[in-house]
Amino acid sequence: MKWLSDETLTRLQASVQCPDLSSTRYRALKFVARGGMGAVWLAEDVVLHRRVALKVLDVEDRTGELASRLEREALVLAHLEHPGIVPVHDAGTLPDGRVFYCMKYVEGQTLESYIVNTNLPQRLGLAQRIAEPLAFAHSKGIVHRDLKPGNIMIGAFGEVLIMDWGLAKITNSTIQESSHITSAGTPGEQTGFATAAPITSHGKILGTPGYMSPEQARGDSAAMDERSDIFSLGAILRFMLTGQSPEETPTTAPLPKPLNAICQKAMAPEISERYASIQEMSADISQYLEGVPISAYREGIVERGMRLLERHRVAVVLVLAYIAMRVLFILFSHR
Amino acid sequence: MNKVLLGIVLGAVLGIFDGLTAWFTPEVRNQIVGIVIGSTVKGIIAGVLIGWFARKVNSLAWGIVFGLSVGLFLAFIIAQLQHGHYFAIMLPGGMVGLIVGYATQRYGVSSKLQRV
Repeated sequence: MKWLSDETLTRLQASVQCPDLSSTRYRALKFVARGGMGAVWLAEDVVLHRRVALKVLDVEDRTGELASRLEREALVLAHLEHPGIVPVHDAGTLPDGRVFYCMKYVEGQTLESYIVNTNLPQRLGLAQRIAEPLAFAHSKGIVHRDLKPGNIMIGAFGEVLIMDWGLAKITNSTIQESSHITSAGTPGEQTGFATAAPITSHGKILGTPGYMSPEQARGDSAAMDERSDIFSLGAILRFMLTGQSPEETPTTAPLPKPLNAICQKAMAPEISERYASIQEMSADISQYLEGVPISAYREGIVERGMRLLERHRVAVVLVLAYIAMRVLFILFSHR
Repeated sequence: MNKVLLGIVLGAVLGIFDGLTAWFTPEVRNQIVGIVIGSTVKGIIAGVLIGWFARKVNSLAWGIVFGLSVGLFLAFIIAQLQHGHYFAIMLPGGMVGLIVGYATQRYGVSSKLQRV
């Protein structure tokens, strides 16, 4: 008996699950990835002749909750126009009833693979660039709630993109009240989304262990705000600096104390002890990079002296060299 | 502190220090006031030139090269007037120029930024 190869099986599975895009402006090109509630397909927009990514719900959804989450994700993305957030182009329902949305196709690598060849300042700079779109989202009343290295993509030119806003919490009432997004679904058919209903109720746990905040792990959705994302960013920062996920036992050398303090403050179990905003955390990272004191760590006199020496190393060496030269001249002139 | 002012202050301080070291040479100790004044003026002139350059050219490497050149050139003039001691005069002079060149580029604030 001859067995089918894994590759053939995958191809067959992909062709079976390929969404019916016949009545849309898209043509499926390639299966890209599968997430918790759907699959992402590389497709071609036949009108504009460009490559796009289609996120299509393809798992059984008896309660309609996943469809609601996908709709909500599209709605959130539509309200977040920022270079660090993947833009959504279109959204709707396919003829077979599956919900989808169309977004920019991002060619790049995940944070995990990108940081392999980076040094400490580059990683800290990366953390600051991750903070920018997050701060923007927070200013719009949106909390991501599923930040993790796998949801951060680095584009071909080093641009940072935050993906997967399916668990986002919307605190802005104007977005919550939005309804009926028109889409390029079946012509003449009503394909708009219903009101973006909340996807998490109190007591329900959604997120990624290790990167989700304690209040999220408890399912306390009411307590979650932008500081829940700050917790996740702290966990991501720790991951970037140590290469280990928060669940792993640390085996690498300990972090410099100020950086450890930044991670600890961001990941404080008590929400009120965390940074009040992403900008505050980003400012601490900037200050560390500039060699000035940070708000999360109170340094001793010796540490302060060492930091100043490190910061002004060249100037100190030049002045010492000058003094040494003068002393040598004096000594030789007396011979 | 703006780049020209930083150059002047640093040039003056290092010039005073440079001049005071003459106290350790008994032959010229009685002329120390003149030496300190001359050395300070030399430091200030170097500081003005190097600070002005730092304001025009925003480059650490070029700042160091220019500072070193100015320091060596001014020290060379002094050595010519002294009819000798080239090494003893030009080496410290060059180092002062180098330090001022580095400091103005690294720590001096651009006057444009200050206006903002």
